[in-house]
Amino acid sequence: MAASPKLTRRQLLKGTAAAGALGMLGGLRWTDQAWAAGKVKMGFIFVGPRDDYGYNQAHFEGKSAVAKLDWVKAFDEEKVPETIEVQKTMESMVKLDGAQVLFPTSFGYFDPHILKVAPQYPTIQFLHCGGLYQEGKHPKNAGSYFGYIDESQYIAGIVAGGMSKSGKLGFVAAKPIPQVLRNINNYTLGARSIRPNCTTNVIFTGGWSLPVREAEATNSLVDQGIDVITCHVDSPKVVMTTAEKRGIYCTGYHCNQSKLAPKGYLTGAEWNWAKVYMDYADMIRKGQPVPHLVRGGLKEGIVKVSDYNQVVTEAVRKQADAAKDKFMSGGMVVYKGPIKDNTGRVVIAAGTEHVQTDMWLESMDWLVEGVIGSTKS
Amino acid sequence: MPQTLNKALEPFLIIVGSLMVSMVLFGVFVASAGADPFEVYQTMYRAAFGTTFSWQNTLIRAAPLMLTALCTALPGYLGLIIIGGEGAVVMGGLVAAIAALAIPTAPPMVVLTTMAVAGMVAGGLWLIIGGALRHYRAVNETISSLLLNYIAIAVLNHFVTSTFRDPESLNHPSTHHIGEANMIGVIPGTDLHWGLVLGVVACVIAWFLMHHTVFGFASQIAGGNVRAAQIAGLPVGRLILIICFLAGAAGGLAGMVEVAAIHGRANDTLNANYGYAGILVAFVARNNPLAIIPVAVLLGGIRASSGLLQRAHELPDATVLVMQGIIFLVILFSETLYGRFSRLQKQGVS
Amino acid sequence: MEIGWWGVLIAVLGGAIRIGTPFLFVSLGECLTEKSGRINLGLEGTLVMGAMTGYAVSLHSGSPWLGVLCAGLAGMVLGALHSWLCSFQRVNDIAVGIAMMLFGTGLAFFLGKPYIQPSAPRLPSIDLGGWSDIPQLQAALQINALFLMGIVVAIALAWMLKNTAWGLKVRVVGESADAARALGLPVDRIRILSTAQGGFLAGIGGSYLSLYYPFNWSEGLSSGQGLMAVALVIFARWHPIGCLWVSLLWGGAAALGPSLQSVGITGGYYIFNAIPYIMTLAVMIITCSPRRTLVGVPHELTVTR
Repeated sequence: MAASPKLTRRQLLKGTAAAGALGMLGGLRWTDQAWAAGKVKMGFIFVGPRDDYGYNQAHFEGKSAVAKLDWVKAFDEEKVPETIEVQKTMESMVKLDGAQVLFPTSFGYFDPHILKVAPQYPTIQFLHCGGLYQEGKHPKNAGSYFGYIDESQYIAGIVAGGMSKSGKLGFVAAKPIPQVLRNINNYTLGARSIRPNCTTNVIFTGGWSLPVREAEATNSLVDQGIDVITCHVDSPKVVMTTAEKRGIYCTGYHCNQSKLAPKGYLTGAEWNWAKVYMDYADMIRKGQPVPHLVRGGLKEGIVKVSDYNQVVTEAVRKQADAAKDKFMSGGMVVYKGPIKDNTGRVVIAAGTEHVQTDMWLESMDWLVEGVIGSTKS
Repeated sequence: MPQTLNKALEPFLIIVGSLMVSMVLFGVFVASAGADPFEVYQTMYRAAFGTTFSWQNTLIRAAPLMLTALCTALPGYLGLIIIGGEGAVVMGGLVAAIAALAIPTAPPMVVLTTMAVAGMVAGGLWLIIGGALRHYRAVNETISSLLLNYIAIAVLNHFVTSTFRDPESLNHPSTHHIGEANMIGVIPGTDLHWGLVLGVVACVIAWFLMHHTVFGFASQIAGGNVRAAQIAGLPVGRLILIICFLAGAAGGLAGMVEVAAIHGRANDTLNANYGYAGILVAFVARNNPLAIIPVAVLLGGIRASSGLLQRAHELPDATVLVMQGIIFLVILFSETLYGRFSRLQKQGVS
Repeated sequence: MEIGWWGVLIAVLGGAIRIGTPFLFVSLGECLTEKSGRINLGLEGTLVMGAMTGYAVSLHSGSPWLGVLCAGLAGMVLGALHSWLCSFQRVNDIAVGIAMMLFGTGLAFFLGKPYIQPSAPRLPSIDLGGWSDIPQLQAALQINALFLMGIVVAIALAWMLKNTAWGLKVRVVGESADAARALGLPVDRIRILSTAQGGFLAGIGGSYLSLYYPFNWSEGLSSGQGLMAVALVIFARWHPIGCLWVSLLWGGAAALGPSLQSVGITGGYYIFNAIPYIMTLAVMIITCSPRRTLVGVPHELTVTR
């Protein structure tokens, strides 16, 4: 590997960066261009607006954090649809901005778009959020990264289960896809770990950003007696404010939404993309090979849990913190049999364990016992 | 001679004039937002037409718009305003994918032909609903075609997440892949898929049909005056149905191209608002199928420049929406100028 | 409290008001515009612009009601622009409407970027359900004053169109521009005023979305409420009171999908969520007939010719 031309080029790059630093020390003035030449150039592509209080904002915050490093030049483009347009955006970032590494952050960007563009630019890294990179099947210069945000959801579920009076939780979800189902299941399993008769009532809105329907779903769930709600949609803002208005508790998703619901926001599952992007930038600067698959949860610092609201009782905090410690130490296995789905079928037999990194979990198509809802549309 | 020259020159001058006026208006807009309009235009030119890559970027975005513009332009000859292109695209794409999956062992040419026919028939039948409701029930075609868009999108989403879902399409529910071998390739020497050629050819055929055949002539009469057409014995109802079918077929073909050239599957990305953009293209082209080609390229260019505008000038993506709005408002307004110049000239001569 | 299937009924009732109110305002606006013989497909842009303006003004001034007013004014400007452009010969109002939709939403997104993050003061709600001891019903009957105002506007508009000189003028202009000109009426001015007023109402409808329900300014806020106004007005037979019923019906139908899921009817939600569109189309098919023109239709309207 060390002799490959790719690495020498990277080492060269590293050299220029060092020369740049020396130049500064020597009091020499470098033009912007010379500086930019030595920088790691990272392009970010978002499917929605940068500031949606949710999915895209979480990534944009990560991008903003790396952009602050003086050896990084980061640029982004928002609201790029999952059509041929994203292919052109990727190519344009490479050709016109000289991007070395691209972060197309929406799931739908991978197949067919990254798969088509990446082979044409073998020296550029295409790192995709959420995808499932498969060695041999996917281009060598591609990779995927994702966080086990379901770990945070598990803890939020504990808090929700502990704080609920009725034992009924609500979940407003976009679509019944593995990433969403895993969050619903973890939330429910978390709640049931401390309160076995807890249920989670799910409504699928059918789209990633449908404010009116999300508000309506929240209201319907509250009418059915749920008293803690969370969601998995692109922008949780509406669910949080509607829950606050109805006077129930909520737990957040993607970003910290405590400002939107100061009374009821118990805790939340948050991304920490800054960590991921910093690590990638560092690897590229140092010329290290970029791993094809990056995954991590609380322990790796890729996801976080929002600070608990002051109303969360001491007992509940303790239970949640205990689970968190277990995640941090790597000793937690959420999917440990026996686990039944909500139709009564045993999906994980007694004695079987699926650890967090198990790829089997990334093709989840069932809802755990205790969830009221169906994966069929 | 000068009069025929005037006739050709007038639209040209008006269009160029309106483009210049809208560029000034948009320039004032970006200047008030704190950007240098000249630099913005330079960036836009570079991103849309400045290099081979930019040109390809522009043309690839223009390709579906040529087809979806026909959804509105063709019924326009009959005086119908149909805005159901989005529904035709969605139905065409969905049915084309299903058709391809029904004949898994057929050779690629057969699969592609089947897909094209299936997509066109699906899109065509979808828009016929609007035309038929108009003719037989007097239901306004603009509104019904708008409602049909929403219904088509619901149908698409329902089927790709249930009946026709590929269980392997984990986080992005889609149909099964039609197979790499069956995909439409690129035009040799370029990065452009053959959908662009289909778009241009469809526009040329539509133009020939509407301007150089008896069918087209009859449609124009019916569009001008239904009663006159009926007195002349023209089958107005049949004309409406045929034209709506052709219009929908163009949209369905656009959907089929999306599936066969880009995605390989049908899924919610078929609903990419090409149908709505096509309406504007048709209006600006004054429903003339030949004029659709350059207008679609212009719109493709504006859309292609959006990315670089964001990155080079930190302008929000909505900038190009505002620009499209301004250009189209000015061009639509310029409609009122037709005939005024020649009148002015005549007055000047006398 | 266990309410089960009653929850669907309550959700439909509450949804009728919650979701229906913005439809009420845009459809009343469109109704007035169409009565004068113009069709404004650009109300989608007006609605979004109103939502953004209302939110921004409420944030800066601290007064959501001032936000509502400014949203109306912003809508008025867009409405006036639409009908001024259309007052020139051969300028097609439907085409201009679609361009205005693009322009209005583009402008709102462009100017609205700084307002996605902050939380603006919300419009207050009025409790009409105090008589009931069912909390769900109380919540459903927690309504906003704008809904009541919408009812008042609907009644006033109906009365005005029927009984005032201004209303008569609007109707004459909408019925036949030639006849109006023969009577010496300023056709263009009346249409510009009607469309501007229509834009004012649509702008208010937008501010309801951003300042009350779902209470949020984001680029995905509207899901075609403004575009649908055109369909609702036909549904309502160009009658303001009809607009009220149709908006309530539409709101209730839109609430049906999520509420059915909450009681465990989980299948086919894409289709359930399309019910309002299917319903509107079905009603149009049933009530239209080639042998007679619709009652209340203004004959100058492009869509009916």
